[in-house]
Amino acid sequence: MTPTLQAFLIVSSALFSIGLLAALSRRHAIFILIGIEMMLAAANLNFIAFWHFAPAPHPSTGVMIAIFSIAISAAEAAVGLAMVIAVYRHFRTTNVDQFDQLKG
Amino acid sequence: MNSIAFIIISVFTVAAALAAATLPNLMHAALCLVLALLGLASFFFLLGAEFVGLALVFIYIGAVAVLIVFTILLTRRDSKEHHGFNWSGALIALAVLCGLTWAILKTQSLTFVPPHVRALTVKQIGQVLMTGYVWPLQCVGILLTAALIGALVLVMEEKR
Repeated sequence: MTPTLQAFLIVSSALFSIGLLAALSRRHAIFILIGIEMMLAAANLNFIAFWHFAPAPHPSTGVMIAIFSIAISAAEAAVGLAMVIAVYRHFRTTNVDQFDQLKG
Repeated sequence: MNSIAFIIISVFTVAAALAAATLPNLMHAALCLVLALLGLASFFFLLGAEFVGLALVFIYIGAVAVLIVFTILLTRRDSKEHHGFNWSGALIALAVLCGLTWAILKTQSLTFVPPHVRALTVKQIGQVLMTGYVWPLQCVGILLTAALIGALVLVMEEKR
């Protein structure tokens, strides 16, 4: 008995929901970035699972998309954490509820 | 690929991710994120994508997690103060999980026979990257350079 595609997709959707939970419910800016990273990683798991269970002609598309997605999420993390540091210098806090200067 | 390893890894990964999302201490949460990403990399090994698993370990755990820890240490001054927890976000996440699980279980066309694992060697990945995926590779290179320069500009001390 080997795990099916559905099992991998359910684990991936659980990871995505946990990332969404971290991004929506925590008030700390770094937690929001951690949640976004987790959502991107869950999407990578989807790519690899669909690649593994694909029918016979076996192109490497899933692996390639996962590699590019990892590179893009690394770029996103670098810029996001730099923004957290820049905002912290300005406001002296990392609580996203206090970044409300643009609020109407 | 057997189901016992799958169950162990999935329980480990989901538990570590849940801890990363809910622990009050930021440093503990970052270390639990590392554990969750290790579980995810072992999923990739289980699925026969060793190169992606290694890339995940190198990039996420070697670079992104260290970056997160550095940012936590640089912005430490107010990490002690209590940050609230928004329960409507938990409700939304639960609704998304239920919707996704329902959609996955209802879809009939997902029941493929599991294929025998064909190994995709690093040599093949390199050949494909250098032939069919050359333009995406160059674009990702430009994107990473721009992100690096942008991050440096963002955190540079402002001259007055």
